[in-house]
Amino acid sequence: MSGTKTAITDESSLDEAGAARFAELLANDQRVEPTDWMPEGYRKTLIRQISQHAHSEIIGMQPEGNWITRAPSLKRKAILMAKVQDEAGHGLYLYSAAQTLGIDRETMFEQLITGAAKYSSIFNYPTPTWADMGSIGWLVDGAAICNQVPLCRASYGPYGRAMVRICKEESFHQRQGFEILLHLMRGTEAQRAMAQESVNRWYAPALMMFGPPDDDSPNSRQSMDWNIKRFSNDELRQRFVDMLVPQAEILGVTLPDPHIKWNEERGHFDFGELDWAEFHEVLAGNGPANTIRVARRRQAHEDGAWVREAARAYADARMTEKIAS
Amino acid sequence: MSHTSNRTISDAVTAETIATSGSIAPEAVARYAIGLGDDALILAQRLGEWIAHAPELEEDVALGNIALDQLGHARSFLSYASSAWEKTEDDLAYFRDESEFRNRQLFEQPNGDFAQTIARQLVASLYFQALYNALCQSTDQTLAAIAAKAIKEVDYHVDHSVQWLMRLGLGTEFSRERMQHGLNSVWAFVAELFSNDPLTANLEGIAVDPQTLQEEFDRLVKKAIAEAGLTVPTVPAARGGGRAGIHTEFLGPLLAEMQVLARAHPGATW
Repeated sequence: MSGTKTAITDESSLDEAGAARFAELLANDQRVEPTDWMPEGYRKTLIRQISQHAHSEIIGMQPEGNWITRAPSLKRKAILMAKVQDEAGHGLYLYSAAQTLGIDRETMFEQLITGAAKYSSIFNYPTPTWADMGSIGWLVDGAAICNQVPLCRASYGPYGRAMVRICKEESFHQRQGFEILLHLMRGTEAQRAMAQESVNRWYAPALMMFGPPDDDSPNSRQSMDWNIKRFSNDELRQRFVDMLVPQAEILGVTLPDPHIKWNEERGHFDFGELDWAEFHEVLAGNGPANTIRVARRRQAHEDGAWVREAARAYADARMTEKIAS
Repeated sequence: MSHTSNRTISDAVTAETIATSGSIAPEAVARYAIGLGDDALILAQRLGEWIAHAPELEEDVALGNIALDQLGHARSFLSYASSAWEKTEDDLAYFRDESEFRNRQLFEQPNGDFAQTIARQLVASLYFQALYNALCQSTDQTLAAIAAKAIKEVDYHVDHSVQWLMRLGLGTEFSRERMQHGLNSVWAFVAELFSNDPLTANLEGIAVDPQTLQEEFDRLVKKAIAEAGLTVPTVPAARGGGRAGIHTEFLGPLLAEMQVLARAHPGATW
C-alpha cells in the first residue's frame, strides 16, 4: 500500500518528502521497501515484471512436467520432480513479492488464465524429447540465471531477496541440465543425436529470452534508472553466449550458429542475427504451445475451484468457532 | 516411539548408499522388498501425474513432495532388492512386465478427482505408517534403516491427508459429497493391504505380517473419517492378488508410460 494519508497531512508535501526519500534510496543503491513511498510507474513496472516472472515459473512447470512420468531412470525422475516442485515454490515467493505491491494472487491468476498477462515466451515451445530436459536446464535456466543474478540487487527489497533464493536453486537446475546432456553425449549414437537435435531447437529461443535488441527495447532505460534492471538486454545476451561456447565444447554439441567466432578486439564471441520476427510471433500468442499452456493452467484452476472453496469454508467455520469459544 | 532406534543409520540411507554398500539381500528378502518398493513406486508415479495440475500451487508443492518421498522409499527398497540378482533399481523398475509387478492394487488406481486422490492417500499413508513402524524392528538392518528413514516422512503424509479429509468433509456440501465418493471409490482395495502376503512366508522377524497392522489402521481411519463427518464405506472387497502379480486394468497403461523411453534404448544410461 502507498503511504498512509491522514486528513491533517498535506498530501503534496508528503509526496514530495516521499519522492525525495525514494530518490535518495536509489542514489545510494539502497532497497525500497513496501512501506516506502514510490512512484506509481515504479509500482506498476514491478507488479508487471514480478507477476510475469511468477507466471513464467508456473507455466514453466508444464514443459518439464511433461516428462516426469516418462523419465528414463528413477534418479532422473526424482531430480525432475524436485525441479518442477522448486518452480512451483519460486512462483509462490514471487506472487508473494508482487502482493507486497498491492495486488492479490487471485487477480494475478485471473490475468494469467485469461491470457491478459505475459510470461516468458520460451515456455511456449514444446518438449518432444527427453533431451529437452537437458536443454531447458542448460540453456533456458542458464539464460534465466544471467538475467536473474543482477536482479538480486534490484532496488525493490522483496523482489531482490526472493531472487537470491531463486538464483541458488536455478544454478543447481542449470548444472543438472548440463549433466543430462553430458550423459546423452557420452551415450549411444541415438542419445547423442537426441541431444544435438534438442540443442538445435532451444539455442535461438534461449538467446531471445533476454528480450529484443537494446535499440528496440523501450522500457529498459526507465528500469535501469530505477535500479531494477542493471544491464541491457544485449549485454546480458553477450555474457550468455560467452558462457555457452566453452560449455558446448565440453559437451561436444555444436551450437546452431555458423557465425559464432571469437573476436579478439572485443574480447567476446561474435554471433549471428536472431529471427526477431519469430520472437514477436510467439510473444503475440502464435507460438507452438501458447494456447495449450494457458488452457492447461485454466483447467487446473477451474477443476480446483471447489477444493479451494471447501478449504475457505472450513477455515471460516473454524475461525467462527474460535471466536465463539 | 518404536522408530527411533535406527535413526542414526537411517539418516544416511539412500538408494545410492545401498547400491554402493555391497550388502546383498538374500533372495527371499529381496522378493519381499520388491513388493514394498513397487507399492511406493506405483503410488509415486500416480502422484507425479498431479504436478502442474493441482487445485492450488501449495498443493503442487505438497503432492510433489509426497511423490518425491515415495519415490525415495521405492528406490531404496528396489536398490536393496536388486542386489540379490546383481541388477539395478532401474532394471527392476523399467524392465519388468506388468505380471512381474508386486504392488497391491490400491496404488495403481487412477487419481480421479482431488478427493479420490486424498482418499487413496489417507489409506496409503496410514498403512505405510503402521507398516514402517513395525518394519523398524526388522532384524534385517537395511530394511529397518529404510523404514526408520521413511517413517518420519510418512508421519507428515498422514497429517496432510487427514487435514484435507477434514477440509473436504466439513467444507461445503459439494466437497463432502466428493470426499465420500472418493472414499467409496478406493475402499474395495483396502482389505488387500492387510490380507496374507505370500512374500512374507519364512521371513519371521524380518518381514511384517500385514494382518498385524489392521487393528491400528482401522482405529485411526475410523476416527479420522468420523471426525470429518463422513461414513466408512461398506463395499465388497476386490479380489486382490497384487503380491502375486494380478492387477487391475490400470497398471498396464501406467507402466507403458513409465517405461517407454527406457525400453526404447535398452542398455543406455541416463
